[in-house]
Amino acid sequence: MNEEPLLSVQGLEKHFPVTKGLLQRQVGAVRAVDGISFDVRKGETLGLVGESGCGKTTTGRLITRLIEPSAGKIVYAGQDITHMSQGRLRPLRRDVQMIFQDPYSSLNPRHTVGAIVGAPFRIQGIKTEQGTKKAVQGILELVGLNPEHYNRYPHEFSGGQRQRIGIARTLALKPKLIIADEPVSALDVSIQAQVVNLLEDLQGELDLTYVVIAHDLSVVRHISDRVAVMYLGKIVEIADRKGLYESPMHPYTNALLSAVPIPDPKRRKERERIRLQGDVPSPLNPPPACRFHTRCWKAQEICTQVEPPLETLAPGHQVACHFPENAPGLAGGLADGVSGGAASAGAVPAGTDPA
Amino acid sequence: MSFLELKDLRIHFPTDDGLVKSVDGLSFTLERGRTLGIVGESGSGKSVTSLGILGLHKGGRARISGEIWLDGEELVGASQEHVRTLRGKKMAMIFQDPLSAMHPFYTVGDQIIEAYRIHNDVSKKVARKHAIDMLGRVGIPQPARRVDSYPHEFSGGMRQRAMIAMALSCDPELLIADEPTTALDVTVQAQILDLMRDLQRDFDAALIVITHDLGVVAELSDDILVMYGGKCVEYGTSDDIFERPEHPYTWGLLGSMPRLDREPTERLMPIKGSPPSLINVPSGCAFHPRCAFEERTAGLAKVEVPELRETEGGHLVRCHLPAERRRAIWRNEIKPNLEAS
Repeated sequence: MNEEPLLSVQGLEKHFPVTKGLLQRQVGAVRAVDGISFDVRKGETLGLVGESGCGKTTTGRLITRLIEPSAGKIVYAGQDITHMSQGRLRPLRRDVQMIFQDPYSSLNPRHTVGAIVGAPFRIQGIKTEQGTKKAVQGILELVGLNPEHYNRYPHEFSGGQRQRIGIARTLALKPKLIIADEPVSALDVSIQAQVVNLLEDLQGELDLTYVVIAHDLSVVRHISDRVAVMYLGKIVEIADRKGLYESPMHPYTNALLSAVPIPDPKRRKERERIRLQGDVPSPLNPPPACRFHTRCWKAQEICTQVEPPLETLAPGHQVACHFPENAPGLAGGLADGVSGGAASAGAVPAGTDPA
Repeated sequence: MSFLELKDLRIHFPTDDGLVKSVDGLSFTLERGRTLGIVGESGSGKSVTSLGILGLHKGGRARISGEIWLDGEELVGASQEHVRTLRGKKMAMIFQDPLSAMHPFYTVGDQIIEAYRIHNDVSKKVARKHAIDMLGRVGIPQPARRVDSYPHEFSGGMRQRAMIAMALSCDPELLIADEPTTALDVTVQAQILDLMRDLQRDFDAALIVITHDLGVVAELSDDILVMYGGKCVEYGTSDDIFERPEHPYTWGLLGSMPRLDREPTERLMPIKGSPPSLINVPSGCAFHPRCAFEERTAGLAKVEVPELRETEGGHLVRCHLPAERRRAIWRNEIKPNLEAS
């Protein structure tokens, strides 16, 4: 397992300037992504979850270099691509592809399926042995579409089929890394499952590495090997699937998990839910130190003053919290002492406010 | 008589391409204080049903037939003016996307005040006080100040709260929530679900929740109606639907969802194909082209529309397979796969 990661992100930042007035003076910045680091190993699926505005989509666009990072470093297969020029980046674009959320707006309505899926060949100037058309039809078949639909337009397909067209386009050049930004959230439940299964099959067949960005914790759990939880531009917890879902350490992860509605009427009575107050604060003006302290029921003085670093508290399990839950002996007496208090504190927000 | 009763409701839309049978023979009843969840995929007719109950298809191109009885009054045959006096007062709706359902040009308070004053002969001052009360009741902090805010100044969760306040301002007896939490983040969704549950208890209203999310339905509903191709395919208590579902489509929905409360199974079990076009609904059972058990009906599903029959104690299923066989399939073939492997 010690081989070099396929993708490595270090201290990545993206601040969007907010300007005002005639001179476009900068008056602030939206700190969409504010110093995140993680690795993606070859062949694995990393899930990136968080609520809207947490910076997960921006992260995806930074990795694919669709937008320019403000600071930090992106290393892909040993090459630093952080500020690589578009021209030098082009060969790498074959390797790194993106699946978009909305299958209605991500396909050009005036192009045929053949033109859409064949575009990567044209742009990269790739000649295939039996011609582009054959290659495209092969890919259409791979994603479960009828190759005879080569000359049809996107509006002739249903949502699930369109998403398959989008996936076919990303697969055209045999990429190694695929960034999927909410690949199933625009689809009906029964179609979601089809696309999730397709993504899993393709990963096995084509030896793909995925970064899946999603807000649906159940979907992410299903397809990911490791999961990173983001909050207001920071990663608050990153761990393998089992660790994250079975013993989450960050209070925010806990709250997220307990907020997911479970389709089992019996369980709804047993379950103790952690109710978070209010909404996610604005990334324009995030709370100081630990960004979650304004909604956290465990927050204490230190949380408003010192930013908790992302620390490894269990093998492969990193958390940025002063008072982590479920932490093994590593953190010592502090965590134990606090978790006793947390049990009672945890009950407070559950019982107090209907809001 | 039930508080709300639909009898064979049909809502069809003539279009250039053909007749769209959005709702095709839907019947159900609902009592005060109960919550009915209507589940279905896009195009199953669930939203059209709710707009039909509110009378919002009247005067358009829709062809509506059947009966809708609300508290002893028939609504399909009632005049538009009459339904209008009921709308807002007796029945109200919470829409999916509060940003597009609220007018961006008026303050949140103005919009609640307007709704309130249409149905109640009170001064602006009294109405304003009522609006502030309602905003406070749905958990908006500093309601006296926020009443003068515009919708864009609210966050998504707050906007949905404001919309609930607006819907409840005239104390309606029937509340329809169409995908009330779909546009919201999961932590905010949990807040809104709690709020809706509490408010329904306080107001003792009949609540219809329309959603594609089985999790949301399980959180809120007493009874569940599963729609497919404009028809009810299964109806029962939420225990019936989640513990002993009998329709292959319901099985498919349950098998399609990854769930947090179970081991991550190796593979999801999706329903093949995609939802039907309502212009060309498949012959016989509308679900038969996607059904994994269709061949076990010996071709019957292809030619004959199955009746909605009671299997036991108010649990209704529209399927050609005999009840014992469906139960055996659920027990032996479906349920084991949904659980931890």
